[in-house]
Amino acid sequence: MIRLALKTRPDLPLEADTIRPDYFAQKTEAEIAKLPVLHGNQFCALGDFFNVRGGASDQIVLEGDLAQVKRIGTGMEYGQITIHGNAGMHLGAGMRAGEIVVFGDAGDWAGAEMCGGKIHIHGNAGHGLGGAYRGSRHGMNRGMILVEGNAGNETGSLMRRGLVAVRGDVGEFAGAFVIAGTLIVFGSLGRRAGAGMKRGTIVAYQQPELLPTFTFDCVYQPLYLRLILQTLQLEGFSIEEEWRTGAYRRYSGDLNTLGKGEIFVYDQH
Amino acid sequence: MLTINGVEIEDTYAEAFTMWGARIIITAKNLKWAMEAATRMTGFATSVIGCKCEAGIEGEMDDTPDGRPGTSVLLFARSKEDLAQRLVERVGQCVMTCVTTACFNGLDSVEQVPVGGQLRYFGDGFQMSKLIQNRRFWRIPTMDGEFLVEDKFGVQPAVAGGNILILGEDQDVTLQAAEQAVEAMRKVRGVILPFPGGIARSGSKVGSKYKFLMASTNDAFCPTLRGVVDSAVPEGVNCVLEIVIVGLEIEDVEQATRVGTLAACLPGIRRITSGNYGGKLGQYKIYLHQVMKQDVSA
Repeated sequence: MIRLALKTRPDLPLEADTIRPDYFAQKTEAEIAKLPVLHGNQFCALGDFFNVRGGASDQIVLEGDLAQVKRIGTGMEYGQITIHGNAGMHLGAGMRAGEIVVFGDAGDWAGAEMCGGKIHIHGNAGHGLGGAYRGSRHGMNRGMILVEGNAGNETGSLMRRGLVAVRGDVGEFAGAFVIAGTLIVFGSLGRRAGAGMKRGTIVAYQQPELLPTFTFDCVYQPLYLRLILQTLQLEGFSIEEEWRTGAYRRYSGDLNTLGKGEIFVYDQH
Repeated sequence: MLTINGVEIEDTYAEAFTMWGARIIITAKNLKWAMEAATRMTGFATSVIGCKCEAGIEGEMDDTPDGRPGTSVLLFARSKEDLAQRLVERVGQCVMTCVTTACFNGLDSVEQVPVGGQLRYFGDGFQMSKLIQNRRFWRIPTMDGEFLVEDKFGVQPAVAGGNILILGEDQDVTLQAAEQAVEAMRKVRGVILPFPGGIARSGSKVGSKYKFLMASTNDAFCPTLRGVVDSAVPEGVNCVLEIVIVGLEIEDVEQATRVGTLAACLPGIRRITSGNYGGKLGQYKIYLHQVMKQDVSA
């Protein structure tokens, strides 16, 4: 295991895309400390900001308030990162495999365009969670993001595959332009959810204000949701039995586009 | 000579063949409907000779993928391609049509064949797929909601043609012994007994005097022909019943052979033997004495 304890809180955003288990796996403690990071527009060494202990491992533990530290785990292909504190923007963006656990909040674009692996945020997440960067054709494409707190706007926008589950509330345009995949929101769903979605699924546990381009279909028990909720339960998300066995109101949309997407709203009655 | 409870166990072997097998998990709102689908799916599947596949209900399941009541079915066919076709036909016609059901792969195998991936077209463009923990599922809209079916099913080489023949003094006692054997064999996971009630009365031999027939009655074991053919029916035996065993692994077939033989050794049973073709056709030989060795001594 490699421990990185923040010793100097950067006064400018620190671009630390070298903090990746697959980069650390073959390196010594000294080599890791020398890895470059971008502080503002200046290249520095990782060791300038972190006390590094250990080497040659794909298990990384980060300690401290890393809200200013961006791109942790970006593009990682294996291993595990555990963060005891907050994480900055672009956490795990584009990651392909492995796991990131944050015992704190994560900044905007966490898991953006990721294509595999798992991110578990025990606090809140920012905007663009699992989403697509401006101009991109799709957001996350496989993988799983779990958020115990709230998430911001455009959660899961343009997602193509994968699962995003948010225990709390999400902001506006959740699941906008979704191509496929599943977004589950246990709190409240912000306005304009699913706008422009072609396919894919949004699940809400509180009645949202839906766009008029979504049409009510029926009330039924979507069986596949049991499998999804079972998966979440295995990941440590507490799931109530009635959510697994209960009925959901199904809405199809967005009829402005393909209209093969769906929003499920848990039917309390 | 090996005897168990006074019943002679003949020193011979069952000749078994390689087939391809799959395990299908069917769940439903309750066990009644899961069993209904499973019963339909395993209907007309006693022998590959006439039914293109052999199938049976392996047992009820406590732990199913969707947490609902369920049952597992084993289905076997001559080749991987054949099996793929039979799966699509039977899941499509017997499970998808059955109210509230869902269908999952129950075999973890490198070899896979598309099932949901073929049935999805029934959705006529309204089908949806979901990738959950690296397993793809298809949701096909139906009039009661939707049919959930796994995209691919694992298949593996399997063993068919395991058998025991129970030779008894009369039909009553032979049937009773066969029923007890079936009851014991059905507790073995990984095997099915594809014939009605697990028992076959019309055992067959390869070929016939009629050129158009692949198989015909096993005259050597027909008591009514004892006086006119080269009979394998000893004096005092008036009924012979066969239990055919098909399994995913040879060890499972051997275990079923063992427990079935033990259970069938009742008073009134004269001999238990196995059918073979002189060792010329099958890839496996299940020697009765070897199989029984672990439980009894001669």
